[in-house]
Amino acid sequence: MSTVVEPGQNGGAAAPLLTRKDFVTDQEVRWCPGCGDYAILNAVQQVFPKLGIPREKFVFIAGIGCSSRFPYYMNTYGFHTIHGRAPAVATGVKLANPDLSVWVATGDGDALSIGGNHLIHALRRNVDIKILMFNNRIYGLTKGQYSPTSEVGKKTKSTPYGSVDAPMNPISLALGAEASFVARSVDVYAQHLQDVLIQAANHKGSAFIEILQNCNIFNDGAWEEVADKGVRDDRNVDLRHGQPIIFGKARDKGFVLSGFDIKVVTIGEDGITDRDLLVHDASDPQGRLAWILSRLTWPDYPVPIGVFRATERPTFERAMHEQLVRAKADKGAGSLEKLLSGGETWVVG
Amino acid sequence: MSIAENVAGRPVGKESLDRVVIRFAGDSGDGMQLTGMQFTHTAALVGNDLSTFPDFPAEIRAPAGSLPGVSGFQVHFSSSEISTPGDAPDVLVAMNPAALKVNIADLKPNGILIVNSYSFKGKNLEYAGYASNPLEDGTLAGFRLFLIDLTTLTRRALAETKLGQKDMDRCKNFFALGMMYWMYNRSMDSTYRFIERSFAKRPDVGAANRLALEAGYAYCLATEVFQTTYDVPPAKLPPGRYRSISGNTALALGLVAAGEQSGLSIMLGSYPITPASDILHELSNYKNFGIMTFQAEDEIAAVGAAIGASFTGSLGVTTTSGPGMALKMEAINLAVMTELPLVIFNIQRGGPSTGLPTKTEQADLFQALFGRNSESPIPVIAPCTPGDCFHIAIEAVRIAVTYMTPVIVLSDGYLANGSEPWMIPSIEELPRIDVKFATDPGTFLPYARDPVTLARHWARPGTPGLEHRIGGIEKADGTGHISYDPDNHEHMVKRRAARVAGIARDIPELEVEGPATGKLLVLGWGSTYGAIVGAVDEARKLGLDVSRAHLRHLNPFPRNLHDVLGRFERVLVPEMNLGQLAFVLRGHGATNIDSYSKVQGKPFKIAEILDRIRDERGEVAR
Repeated sequence: MSTVVEPGQNGGAAAPLLTRKDFVTDQEVRWCPGCGDYAILNAVQQVFPKLGIPREKFVFIAGIGCSSRFPYYMNTYGFHTIHGRAPAVATGVKLANPDLSVWVATGDGDALSIGGNHLIHALRRNVDIKILMFNNRIYGLTKGQYSPTSEVGKKTKSTPYGSVDAPMNPISLALGAEASFVARSVDVYAQHLQDVLIQAANHKGSAFIEILQNCNIFNDGAWEEVADKGVRDDRNVDLRHGQPIIFGKARDKGFVLSGFDIKVVTIGEDGITDRDLLVHDASDPQGRLAWILSRLTWPDYPVPIGVFRATERPTFERAMHEQLVRAKADKGAGSLEKLLSGGETWVVG
Repeated sequence: MSIAENVAGRPVGKESLDRVVIRFAGDSGDGMQLTGMQFTHTAALVGNDLSTFPDFPAEIRAPAGSLPGVSGFQVHFSSSEISTPGDAPDVLVAMNPAALKVNIADLKPNGILIVNSYSFKGKNLEYAGYASNPLEDGTLAGFRLFLIDLTTLTRRALAETKLGQKDMDRCKNFFALGMMYWMYNRSMDSTYRFIERSFAKRPDVGAANRLALEAGYAYCLATEVFQTTYDVPPAKLPPGRYRSISGNTALALGLVAAGEQSGLSIMLGSYPITPASDILHELSNYKNFGIMTFQAEDEIAAVGAAIGASFTGSLGVTTTSGPGMALKMEAINLAVMTELPLVIFNIQRGGPSTGLPTKTEQADLFQALFGRNSESPIPVIAPCTPGDCFHIAIEAVRIAVTYMTPVIVLSDGYLANGSEPWMIPSIEELPRIDVKFATDPGTFLPYARDPVTLARHWARPGTPGLEHRIGGIEKADGTGHISYDPDNHEHMVKRRAARVAGIARDIPELEVEGPATGKLLVLGWGSTYGAIVGAVDEARKLGLDVSRAHLRHLNPFPRNLHDVLGRFERVLVPEMNLGQLAFVLRGHGATNIDSYSKVQGKPFKIAEILDRIRDERGEVAR
């Protein structure tokens, strides 16, 4: 346990080339036909072979919920734990062996409701784990109660008169918890999702990815207003670090900053050119722009997807292991004999 | 104010005593714990046998002079073997009226009572609820009362220092300690060394404490306020090298030793809680042993991270007390279902709910045995003395990795904070703990089992070809695939039970001290050990037919338990709960169990158990 090796740098050279099939298990996938989770599973299985990490070094940890069945379908090491606690278990895995590539599959109920505490603390510590939060704005496995991301007034089995509590904004929450990597994608945006997953995998530190996902049984059309084929170009905006923020079918709309607010403008109107547009900066250590962008919700604004924030800071497990290494260097490897007879002793007989 | 009756000129006598119990009592800010520990340490170095009982409030600083703010430290030191901190003090040092009020009922008749007379006036008397000054109204006539103005004497001794009055007054505990050192003919060297170490950054305060200590000693010498000094010669303990150890320190050292003996990395996930936090503190120092300590965001995350570490091939450990146990139970059951090693230390305290955080109790036995949903067998073991905590930690790790199971260790506040001389074991004597990790993809199945222990194979992530999934859903035996099959479920429920029950093959039989058959057996578990030993020894001296036995393993029980219980007419089970072990024993079919319970946040006195033994024998004789 004396050296810290980042995933991808260890054993990668000799690792055999892997394909999607290497990550498929013999288990029958038991999500409802048409569930958005299938697309996410496919994206992850497409991405993992491309990361240069040997299969045995992947670990998938999950809590409870539909999304949390994920580990059973990934031919890696996997642990289906208990409701909300996956980030805590994943922290233990990563501390015990920083050489592993540790992923968490979770949902809006698992991560934000019962597991909210663990989520924010894993993020603030910057444990190098990748948290995929499938957000379908509903409790699926318990058959349809409203979730912490359900819109106000949501009618479900537990809220027949409509829900009255305000939803949580997962991206704002992650930013507030000092997550060093924060992104959003959509279950059916195959290429976009894969790109985001690859960036998350390459990030050194905790990564939080909100994946907008449909539940065709209990909340069908959860995101259709923003993600349906016909509307998505106008109602999504894909954030690219260092590039002007542009969206729209005609690629003619963009953002400008007006005080602390975002104003939507059209290129060619009121003398606006693409040079006037707000340029995305995911690397700001303070995450100021990321925060402003995280506040944008449909129908007032198009919904940003892509990477909101990607900053570098020391990871928790590395800092922890460095202390162990330093203690050994300073004090020498521990001697049990010396430890037991530590402090003042006396001899009888 | 007169400082003390001066009897200078009279020769000082010297008396030899076999054993002495001193209790230091004062405000939580008076440094009574430190004073007691210093006296204890010096007694240990002299070679006395000893046992301590720190008793302090949950509030860090209750209002000065108030009854809830009283903090006490009792030390029993002797020239023969002792097993408890003593039923009643021979000497009480009371720093204020509240400390007197709370503790005076315990002092032996004609016991030595030393009070700081300075504080017996005005508001302090009021706070303690005294209508009249007990130093003047004759209520203390049954004791050998010494009125010493510790405050003024300390201020005088420190007059030359540059300390303010408040800082001076904080040194008065060292003045009292100096007096006790004189009274018991003790060297102050160890305390000098302590002062040097502890006040390295405030040498002025260190020097003042040393001055106060010496002033207390010199005061006794010059004024001869006490006419007698006492010798308590060294005890005849088994030969070896000794140190003084508390239960929490011993648990921490035991874990380090278990890590070394098994070759496993230890990962402690913990969340601060009284009275368990000291284990976290202690282990945080041992990074050069590769011990990792993780202070989690809550109790659940603490055990969750420990389980994650165990899944990864380290040994996950978590430390807590009752309320924390309640929070961890769902996660502990995950370790039951996934058959992962996990060590859980529950340092029991008074409950339910927040209860009595700093007081002792052993009422979490039911929780450990039955506090989880469904059929959830977990081995439960309990240490019997502070020193035994070291060995119980190693035993917990041995069972956890040999049988791939969580193990609950039930210590308590009394063992955690109490200390005793501990013979340092030689490393060669410690058991080796064999750990085997699966490596062969050709034969590996996640739920394939060792035919003897029924333990499943432990495969570390990172091992090529052993990729597998585990989780809280019921698994098919062998393959570990999700299974809702009714027969498989029943089979697995029975397998989990059989695996834990089978540990009985692998633990020592229950030993009886005294006659192997007879009228009465006193059976204990956990920290009641010392009081039971003391009481049964006394009873035998009185010629009573009584034996004793002690359970370190509470699940499974030693395989000869039934046989032992059957050899006695009655079995008396003293417990600091309402009879939890007694209940379990009856559930196992025993029909001769008599429960003796005490739930006051305080350990049993020897006299209490002795009285009960006498009653029992009376009953049996009838």
